[in-house]
Amino acid sequence: MGLAAAAIVGFITVASTTSTEQSGLFRHLLAAFEQKSGVQVRVVALGTGQALDMGKRGDADVVFVHAKALEEKFVAEGYGVKRFEVMYNDFVLVGPKSDPAKIGGTKDTVAALRKIKSAHAPFASRGDKSGTHFAELQLWKMAGIDIAKEKGPWYRDTGSGMGPTLNTAAGMNAYALTDRGTWLSFKNRGDLVISVQGDQRLFNQYGVILVNPAKHPHVKKDMGQAFIDWIVSPEGQSAIAAYKIGGEQLFFPNASR
Amino acid sequence: MNGILPLRLEDVSFAAGGRTLIERVSLTLEPGSSTIVLGANGAGKSVLMRLMHGLLAPSSGRVAWSTQGPRRRQAMVFQRPVMLRRSALANVLYALDAAGVPAEQQARLAREALEEVGLTHLAGRPARVLSGGEQQRLALARAWALHPEVLFLDEPTANLDPGATREIEAVIKAFDVSGTKIVMSTHSLGQARRLGDEVIFLHQGRVVERAPIERFFPQPASPEAAAFVKGELPWA
Amino acid sequence: MLEAILGGLRLVATLDLRLWEIVALSLAVSLSAVALATLLGLPLGAAIAVGRFPGRQAAIVVLNALMGLPPVVVGLFIYLLLSRAGPLGELGLLFTPSAMVIAQTVLVLPIIAALARQAVEDAWREYEEQLRSLGVDGLRGALTVLWDIRFSLLTAVLAGLGRASAEVGAVMIVGGNIDGVTRVMTTTIALETSKGDLPLALGLGIVLIAIVLALNAGAHLVKQAAERRYG
Repeated sequence: MGLAAAAIVGFITVASTTSTEQSGLFRHLLAAFEQKSGVQVRVVALGTGQALDMGKRGDADVVFVHAKALEEKFVAEGYGVKRFEVMYNDFVLVGPKSDPAKIGGTKDTVAALRKIKSAHAPFASRGDKSGTHFAELQLWKMAGIDIAKEKGPWYRDTGSGMGPTLNTAAGMNAYALTDRGTWLSFKNRGDLVISVQGDQRLFNQYGVILVNPAKHPHVKKDMGQAFIDWIVSPEGQSAIAAYKIGGEQLFFPNASR
Repeated sequence: MNGILPLRLEDVSFAAGGRTLIERVSLTLEPGSSTIVLGANGAGKSVLMRLMHGLLAPSSGRVAWSTQGPRRRQAMVFQRPVMLRRSALANVLYALDAAGVPAEQQARLAREALEEVGLTHLAGRPARVLSGGEQQRLALARAWALHPEVLFLDEPTANLDPGATREIEAVIKAFDVSGTKIVMSTHSLGQARRLGDEVIFLHQGRVVERAPIERFFPQPASPEAAAFVKGELPWA
Repeated sequence: MLEAILGGLRLVATLDLRLWEIVALSLAVSLSAVALATLLGLPLGAAIAVGRFPGRQAAIVVLNALMGLPPVVVGLFIYLLLSRAGPLGELGLLFTPSAMVIAQTVLVLPIIAALARQAVEDAWREYEEQLRSLGVDGLRGALTVLWDIRFSLLTAVLAGLGRASAEVGAVMIVGGNIDGVTRVMTTTIALETSKGDLPLALGLGIVLIAIVLALNAGAHLVKQAAERRYG
């Protein structure tokens, strides 16, 4: 376990989410793991739904997403071996500086959503079965709104990743739910600012799962497990905590063993 | 050696696009004499040449050579020469190769052919940059290299100036002297007289008259041929 | 917008190593695909041009139509073939540059074949009689014509190259846009745009266009030199 980089012994494919990739976390994190283990980590960044689908098809060795219910289902159905909690970040609700729904400054996301709906203020949703989309739907449910039935032309389903959705929101001066990581590295903000943050319900938990070699014998289970072991280890956890944008920490490690 | 001549056309007709272009032609081509196919524009000279050479299949009737010789036993020179984007020499070599001539002999035969037509100094020049007359001479060299029994020529000097025409006619005479049977279509009476031994006169797809040169000129027997010779029948 | 362009060019001019790795991979993938498609497509196009077989007209129509294959559909199709859950999963080619080359070859092959077919068919009209008179027919005739018009076929190859270097749908799906492994210019532009980093995306876009322009200019010069030499 010297300080010199280990020679590359192989690679694993990790299916993860666009928001995690776009925050820049992986570039920072994976370099450390590769240095130490010699295992190259190839990240295919898709939406949570797609990432789990990749795991089901056996096209990935590890999945690393943020949608607890879907992850538990993934393991229950036998596609994954075991789910480990890794870290959390939070979502923020961004919106135009002009704040047509008058929600600026509040910590109550649910009340904010109700106000957005009654003001028919434009809202850009990801609509792409991602973890973020999933979280957004949960919040509407908590607000007692059946958004599928009650949406109007003010609700824009972009069917795309976080970046493009924010592009749309900036272009339309709309509200949107985004993870803090993507927001901090997003450069095309237009008139958008953070309207709501700090609410416990905006908490976003990440989990990592080894794809089940019983279902897909070709899965690189040793290298995949090595990655999981490292990311929940004190070393991996502090690497996560060390990642900052503009001095601000994005992800908060919370693995329990 | 079994030659491919005589060539027999038995009741040959050819129709295309609803029109009959050659109508019930029966004739035999014997070795020896040069045959000129004469006729006005549209009489069917080009079609008849192509039927004889085998580029077109008759709609009815038969085109029969005496023996089924290899392709190289006959060659054809067209009104517009078609050359590959290679040197003059390479074009002749291509024809030799296509004819199955053994590789050891190809270079020698090619150079002899170029010398015969006077193009030795242009052997390395890209064929497509040669003048019209030079390209036509090259086409003749290509045919010469194969030493064919029959050489078909479809109005070979129609696009050339008098000087180039004279050069081409000289080469055709050389073919004749070397024993190749010449079958040439032309609408030039002077050329017919200079190069031919006999004339086949075509009118509207039918053979109307066939006679030795001395009998055809000064007075053809058929009225159509007579009118043509007098210059009154430029178009069929 | 001018600001964004200048910003992009500035970033590019600092010769970031990662950027040039991406450029190198883009060229490797697209040029390989075009080379493969040319090797397969030129004889295919020539054969259809010169051949006489039942269903020939249908083959021509289908070949022409395939020029308009949507890249993202090709990507999806190849993904399903190469996925572990698919028939060729054993090969382990998904998310590698090889998969990207395969997808782009499929995309480019119809373009080169269809354009070659048209060019050879047109030229065959000029060459046919003379070649048949020399006893050259069929495949040999097609290949002779193909070689003779090789410089005008360059246009078909360039059309294929344009298509390959411009597309993002196919390489994104079968490559996965993996940082350092399968990330090419077009997928990087898509990624940076979606991250809102427009200056970088624009800078890359300009580099991409410049490269394609350079390749086209080079090919044009080759064509002109050849025309002078061979007539």
